[in-house]
Amino acid sequence: MSELLDAAVAERVLGRALANGGRFAEVFAERRRGLTMSIDESRLEAVQSGAEEGAGVRVVDGGTTYFAHVDGLDPADLERAADEAAAALRGERRQPQPLSAVASQPQPVAHRPEEVAAERKGDLLRELDQRARGQSEEIAQFTSSYGEARREVAIANSDGLLIGDDRTRTRIGAQAVARRGSTVETGAETLGAARGFELLEDDPALIAEQAARKALTLLDAGPAPSGSMPVVVGGGFGGVLFHEMTGHGLEADHIHKRASVYVDKLGQQVAQPLLNAFDDGRMPGEWGSDAIDDEGAPTQQTQVIEDGRLTSYLYDRLTAERDGVASTGNGRRESFRHLPIPRMTNTYIAPGEATPEAIIAGVQKGFYAVSFAGGQVDPATGDFVFGVSEGYLIEGGEVTRPCRGATLIGNCLDALMAIDAVGDDFFMKTGICGKGGQKAPVGTGQGHVRVGAMTVGGTER
Amino acid sequence: MSELSATAAGAVEAALAAGAGAAEAYVSRDSGREVRVHGGEVESLTAATQSGVGVRAWIGHRAGYAYGTELSAAGVEAIAARAAEAAAVADEDEAAGPPRPAPIEALPGLSDPSFEFWSSGQAAELALAVERAALGFDPRVTGVEQVVYADAAQRVAIASSAGVAGEYESSDCFAYVQALAESGETRETGLGFGLARGPAGLDPEAIGSEGAERATAMIGATKPESRACPVVFDETVAASFAGLIGGALGANAVQRGRSPFAGRLGEELASSAFVLHDDGRDPAGSASAPFDAEGVPRRRTALIEGGRLRAYLYDTYTASREGGASTGNASRQGYRSQPSVSASNLIVAPGSLSFAELLATAGDGVFVTDVVGLHSGVNPVTGVFSVGASGRAIRGGELAEPLREFTIAGELTAMLGAVQEAGAEARWVPFGGSVSTPPLLVGEIAVSGS
Repeated sequence: MSELLDAAVAERVLGRALANGGRFAEVFAERRRGLTMSIDESRLEAVQSGAEEGAGVRVVDGGTTYFAHVDGLDPADLERAADEAAAALRGERRQPQPLSAVASQPQPVAHRPEEVAAERKGDLLRELDQRARGQSEEIAQFTSSYGEARREVAIANSDGLLIGDDRTRTRIGAQAVARRGSTVETGAETLGAARGFELLEDDPALIAEQAARKALTLLDAGPAPSGSMPVVVGGGFGGVLFHEMTGHGLEADHIHKRASVYVDKLGQQVAQPLLNAFDDGRMPGEWGSDAIDDEGAPTQQTQVIEDGRLTSYLYDRLTAERDGVASTGNGRRESFRHLPIPRMTNTYIAPGEATPEAIIAGVQKGFYAVSFAGGQVDPATGDFVFGVSEGYLIEGGEVTRPCRGATLIGNCLDALMAIDAVGDDFFMKTGICGKGGQKAPVGTGQGHVRVGAMTVGGTER
Repeated sequence: MSELSATAAGAVEAALAAGAGAAEAYVSRDSGREVRVHGGEVESLTAATQSGVGVRAWIGHRAGYAYGTELSAAGVEAIAARAAEAAAVADEDEAAGPPRPAPIEALPGLSDPSFEFWSSGQAAELALAVERAALGFDPRVTGVEQVVYADAAQRVAIASSAGVAGEYESSDCFAYVQALAESGETRETGLGFGLARGPAGLDPEAIGSEGAERATAMIGATKPESRACPVVFDETVAASFAGLIGGALGANAVQRGRSPFAGRLGEELASSAFVLHDDGRDPAGSASAPFDAEGVPRRRTALIEGGRLRAYLYDTYTASREGGASTGNASRQGYRSQPSVSASNLIVAPGSLSFAELLATAGDGVFVTDVVGLHSGVNPVTGVFSVGASGRAIRGGELAEPLREFTIAGELTAMLGAVQEAGAEARWVPFGGSVSTPPLLVGEIAVSGS
């Protein structure tokens, strides 16, 4: 940390940032390193290595944030950013508090990815390729990617805080295409964590097999049904449903702009009493975990729904200040080129008591969404849409046939209230969330969940 | 030689010195600002500068890529060396190699120097004017989620060991509003936007009114009945679909069998009402440039014309796989990404019907003003799609009640065949890439609601 941002330099930069006034100033310094590669047509390609460093300086005055970012971490670069941020202010010089360094505990990394030979990563992708293609003659194509990234960050602010974090993330993804005559289907799977290469030591090629199996299963799929019906959502990435339909609406910036259906709903019953949900940036090794957020606040576990009641929004520094509460450690930014905004970390529905079998057995005619290709919500209206990547028909309490091309659509207030069963088979999956033009790694999780009624948009006539 | 071109040339030399047989360097420098306003106040004001270099290195037919922000001589050497190391890891690919140089014709009109004279205060005033316009449009508009104004000037230089050398500059600016309309318990949002080369080209009144109009039009929306019916896409929705089609016409997807258009060149698959070009030289298009992301001249390419699929889009690599020539469609997201094929500006040709005539021709159907979930609801291999949508009912050839929470589903190439009419007036839309399109009438699409 001290190597990234020297305390004396940081104090000087903060002083310059407050040269024309402002109640708060901050410098965010970052060094990013990454390596990605992929395999396609059984050929290793797109080997790419990146190295960037830079800093963002912000000054807050009244309700306005002045922000400037520069490439480079030389003292002159930081001072230039501070001068640019301060340029539009017209107040009296203010003096920042002297800095005192605070230690943080970064997520542990057992095996640094950058110390593993690139050839071994290439071999790993070849192994995935063989595993997927070995599943069936009907696997027509397979692509897979490897990515490692390290973000070292340091944050100093005019309250006297100086803190850093060292974040390593490793991820592999697999996508298979199965073909039978003119029928073509795809299947995808990913594995990622806030960990090092140790993530990939226990049968990483399993995801290739899983992706291939999904694609093969869909070859037998019929059209998805249309209309309103009970929907059972699978565990793990099924949690993206909660992430989209509720999580975003709890981010305090949406609340302050009244652009959320959860405005004025704190303390109210928004779900059945069986539902408990959390955002937790401290889950060890999870994809959305960090020691601190991008404003230097420690990450934490925040219960957002307790027995069906809405208990908390998700805050960064400025939105927390406005509500007179403490930050929940959700101030995140994609890089030094972005301002922090309230973002989820790892968001999940806590395990319930039902078994997945019992949840499905309770449905006479419905839809089983095992996994999603992604989803989107307008937090202001609560309208959401999800593309189902793996879905089945449920008839007479049993899963009967796979369906292609289904979309789930609805309004989050109705859908959340309609959750009438939560499974005990909890696990987490990884996702990349986009908000305000910024991407962030997020974890999503849950066991099987049943929504009493939701609109399925399919092509069945 | 400019400083940027000199940096690019230096990076090429460094990659060759590090063991590459051939190399290319792309250097860019951007400066820009962004203003966000809300509730009559400036929420944030951002000033940004960034510069970096991306180096492609080839060792025989192995390609590698590295990028970085450190542009000192030592920094560039380190980046170039990492590119050569990356190439050594990749597998042989006979089609991989540097583009050959071609004469580059200058393209004036990409820069509007006026925005340099606009102070941050004036930029903020423009954004505030957008918000006032939205609020003043209708009393049911209770606020905005945000108004964003942003502008940027960019300078790009490219150089390669094969003799490619070029440099240009461009500027862009845009503003958008997400207006909020409330009525009773319901809340609706509406997007208004404008694009130009400089701030003088933006009309804050029009942007604010558009957002307000879209938000208030949705008040009281209900789910439509599930059925198959004629559908009119507004320009934003038509652009999103055009973007999907442009993506599927990229030779990379086609060659790898991941496109519904693979193996269908020359086939009659669209109706004659749908005419699509890629044009990398239209000065009004934000993707326009004298040359593409690997130094190949930009040009205009007919993609779908007379109902037939006329061409795919190529960069040097995909062209080389077929022994053909690049169409100048290499693009990249700045120096951080290596070039890959994509559409530049997609141009959907206008037809002859006014908007009212389009509705009249549709008779009874749905006017779709927004689609969501395109990234998750479309199978890029098969073109099968099912996406969330909202809009208005069309009854007796006129707009009727607002509709929400429904999906439209179908298959991309079948939809092209079902396009019945294109509207007479096209608009530039920043969705699905950079697209100029009129509204489109599609004969029949499956709508799922209640």
